[in-house]
Amino acid sequence: MRIRKIGYVAVAGALLAAAAACGGGDTGGTASGGGTTDSGAAKTLTYWASNQGTSLDNDKQVLQPELDKFEKQTGIKVNLEVVPWADLLNRILAATTSGKGPDVLNIGNTWSASLQATGAFLPFDDKLLTDLGGKDRFLGPSLAATGAAGKPPTAVPIYGMTYGLFYNKKMFKEAGIDKPPATWDELVADGKKLTHGKQWGLAVEGASVSENSHHAFIFGQQHGSDLFDASGKPQFDSPQQVAAIKQYLDLMAVDKIVNPSNAEYSNGTEAVNDFVNGKAAMLMWQSIASQLKAANLGDDYYGLAPIPLPAPGSGGKQVNGMVAGINLAVFNFTKNRDGALKFVKFMTSAEEQQILNKTYGSLPTVQDAYNDPAFQTPTIKAFQDILAKTAAPLPQVPEESQFETLVGTAMNQLWADAASGKPITDESVKAKLTQANQQVQPGS
Amino acid sequence: MREPRWLPLARWIGLGFLGLFTLIPLYVMVSSSIKPLQDVQNGFSWIPTTISLRPFADIWKTIPLARYFGNSLIVASIASVLSVTVAIFAAYAVSRYRFPGRRVFTVTVLSTQMFPGILFLLPLFMIFVNVGNATGLELYGSRTGLIITYLTFSLPFSIWMLVGYFDSIPKALDEAAKVDGNGPLGALFRVVIPAAIPGIVAVTIYAFMTAWGEVLFASVMTDDSTRTLAVGLRGYATENDVYWNQVMAASLVVSVPVVIGFLLLQRYLVQGLTAGAVK
Amino acid sequence: MVARTTPHQDERRDATLAGGGPPPPGRRGLRSRLAGRIPFGLRRLSVPYLLIIPAIALELLIHVIPMLVGVGMSFLRLTQFFIRNWSAAPFVGLSNYQVAVDFDSAVGSSLLHSFTITVAFTALSVGLSWLFGTVGAVLMQGAFRGRGFLRTFFLVPYALPVYAGVITWSFMFQRDTGMVNHVLVDQLHLLGDRPFWLIGGNSFAAVVIVCVWRSWPFAFLILMAGLQNIDNDYYEASAIDGASWWRQFRSITLPMLRPVNQVLVLVLFLWTFNDFNTPYVLFGKAAPQQADLISVHIYQSSFITWNFGSGSAMSVLLLLFLLAVTVVYLVATSRRRSDA
Repeated sequence: MRIRKIGYVAVAGALLAAAAACGGGDTGGTASGGGTTDSGAAKTLTYWASNQGTSLDNDKQVLQPELDKFEKQTGIKVNLEVVPWADLLNRILAATTSGKGPDVLNIGNTWSASLQATGAFLPFDDKLLTDLGGKDRFLGPSLAATGAAGKPPTAVPIYGMTYGLFYNKKMFKEAGIDKPPATWDELVADGKKLTHGKQWGLAVEGASVSENSHHAFIFGQQHGSDLFDASGKPQFDSPQQVAAIKQYLDLMAVDKIVNPSNAEYSNGTEAVNDFVNGKAAMLMWQSIASQLKAANLGDDYYGLAPIPLPAPGSGGKQVNGMVAGINLAVFNFTKNRDGALKFVKFMTSAEEQQILNKTYGSLPTVQDAYNDPAFQTPTIKAFQDILAKTAAPLPQVPEESQFETLVGTAMNQLWADAASGKPITDESVKAKLTQANQQVQPGS
Repeated sequence: MREPRWLPLARWIGLGFLGLFTLIPLYVMVSSSIKPLQDVQNGFSWIPTTISLRPFADIWKTIPLARYFGNSLIVASIASVLSVTVAIFAAYAVSRYRFPGRRVFTVTVLSTQMFPGILFLLPLFMIFVNVGNATGLELYGSRTGLIITYLTFSLPFSIWMLVGYFDSIPKALDEAAKVDGNGPLGALFRVVIPAAIPGIVAVTIYAFMTAWGEVLFASVMTDDSTRTLAVGLRGYATENDVYWNQVMAASLVVSVPVVIGFLLLQRYLVQGLTAGAVK
Repeated sequence: MVARTTPHQDERRDATLAGGGPPPPGRRGLRSRLAGRIPFGLRRLSVPYLLIIPAIALELLIHVIPMLVGVGMSFLRLTQFFIRNWSAAPFVGLSNYQVAVDFDSAVGSSLLHSFTITVAFTALSVGLSWLFGTVGAVLMQGAFRGRGFLRTFFLVPYALPVYAGVITWSFMFQRDTGMVNHVLVDQLHLLGDRPFWLIGGNSFAAVVIVCVWRSWPFAFLILMAGLQNIDNDYYEASAIDGASWWRQFRSITLPMLRPVNQVLVLVLFLWTFNDFNTPYVLFGKAAPQQADLISVHIYQSSFITWNFGSGSAMSVLLLLFLLAVTVVYLVATSRRRSDA
């Protein structure tokens, strides 16, 4: 009997403690402050950078001189931490939940709307944007990927990027092809000519959730698909989207211009390796400047063309790129709001935009940075052209991260099926997409 | 035991199979660590065509390996020592006293082994943040928080193993010590602990290994300055390339001291388990 | 089981006793003064509680309270909209649970699928780990050359950091550049086509193999210790009766190992079922459907998309299942020691 009583007391005590912890959690969430800097708040900032360079260390080497420059100009010391992509979202989650974290941070621009929904980030209203040189100073497409339409941006773009078609000039010449494909039929035909022995026409990252979801979006646009309807409900399994994804998968399943092994490429580097190492002749990718540099390959090795557009009048949109890139956001809880905004201004200044984007092989997000000759190379100009004219941002809705995870994962499985020779049919694609669609859980 | 004639053959086959199963990944690790990246990416070969020791130099530059290693050592050592200390007291109470709630205590503690980490990761994080706000003791992002977390991860199994071990030490011994004028703690420190050294070492090793390899909590609860190896090693998979040869080289480098330490102590491990857990 | 201690330990104990001697008089004085103030019964009763307080405090802080908070979260719609301020998250009662167990819906059916996969994975992994451990431990009995070396060597996978071991396997399982296909296809010519291991159906086999590789040494270690505890007299007596090796194994070794196995299997079961590290490192963020283990599944469906209410509900269901299995298992195999 006594034992049982003690047991009850223990349980009751635990519940009380839990209730107290819950209460604590609540106040923690609403606490007004809690930045990382206690003393001399105005003098320091904490900045989380994402991994853009060849390694975390490389990023530090690139960024530190710029941060030193900022300190010289403003007297504000910036504590830099480069956060690996594998950890970044979890770390942002932790910071959002606790109100403890950096003052300024990089986010993937596709996360913008999801993160905006948390209300944890400083909105860049017109006044703040004016301080940064005005809305019009930024590239329109990049600025469109900073949060839900009709709301002030939750972040500002700092590195711009989009998709293009890299092709191996030597292989094209050997196969007797004198220009990059301009239509999908040409791409498939060229791909077949380029596929022989250990060489393949095209490389894809078939087990990468983010690459898959990006291509699902681009191909979907070309088929006239909308991932979310006007009321924000997901419709991943629309006939247009099914056709779009099937077209992408058919490059392996039917046209056989993609190495089945690509279906297990998951870490976002293997398809690029295949292209750089001469195992594949074409690659639909964002900037691969640093990999090309690491392999000592120049303009004579590769060319960049736009990904083919759908035939006009096919009902699809003339979109062949996704607005990719990195945005800079400021946490609401910062104790050094002015300093943080100064830093944002610094990072979006023409000079820093030139220096950093040059190093990372990405595109400046402000118009006035493009006068640097470094951005007049054929590759950068081609990317710039795509981003300005035919790129569209991923849907800016809070459920976007669920789209990436669910559709990207579904496509992993479809690639696996294609690689093992299972037929890819409208039905099999639709079944997977319907399942993904049903798993979306509305956020609000 | 009498050995039948077929036993040596069975032993040869069985242990040979287990040996190969154990060996092959270790061999792959070693051989890949001395190949240039190009060779590693181009397909597997048992014998490296070019031997390069550069990976062993590069591993320190690609990520701050030394710091991660230091963090892991600090966290795992302190967590295991504290865990064992706490476990010794608890196990002593359970082994030597019949008190109300004893059974509730043992069952509750053991049952925490079945909590899915994902269930309490976020709440634990919130508690750390709130404790930090209330007391100024920084638990989130610090080694302290990680140490406290890990020490409880190994606590249940440690207590349970030590209870078994202490049970095997005759009670008459500590009664004798008490007659000599020792209190309960005196008996624990003068009699039980010295007699239980193998078990304590075994539990320490177990606690160390638990803290050494944990990934999930470390990925949320650490920042660059406190990151442990378990998550830090992922840094070799950069946006640019996966440096397989460096992953292998680094794995090897960080494993060697642990494996050696482990092997030096494994005599105790077997001994400790013999009398403890397995009763 | 027969309580037997090694002579080594006995020596140790004797030495301690002999060297212990009477305590310094000063301390005894303090203690008797204290004893005077605190009633004897209370003091005697409070000792065990004082001893377990640190453990209780830590378990409450790290396991029990967070777990209860997690249970609380499972009744909320805790999405990214409310993560900054939990008190604003709407209370939704059991609806997170209803979604999770509605097996006609996509969320429920994928959870059920993942659960089934995990049960199969756990059964196979624990079974094989136990089998390998038993075979290894039994064959290690008796003296032969290289015994000490092998025993040490077998423990290396257990001593290796999880990431190091698992990432090596994932490297070996790559289709074009991995060692497994190199052996199966290029060297032994067993298969014409290079199979996939990290995606598709084989990925299940892959994750089982890796898990067994990591956990069988632990089974081996425990069982080896268990075998050493069996009194040799039993074998000698039965040998006199003319019992064969096989018969000895079945009628002495296995029954004597029963208490060891009972706990070993339970612990392996719980660890394997909740294992996050192995599949996460092996497959990365998105596990293939055929190897969609539940810990990663819940992580994916809740953590990555910041839907914590739903994730907590799934975790609570998982916990209830494990609890039920453990209780049934312990009752069925009836553990006596804690009552002793």
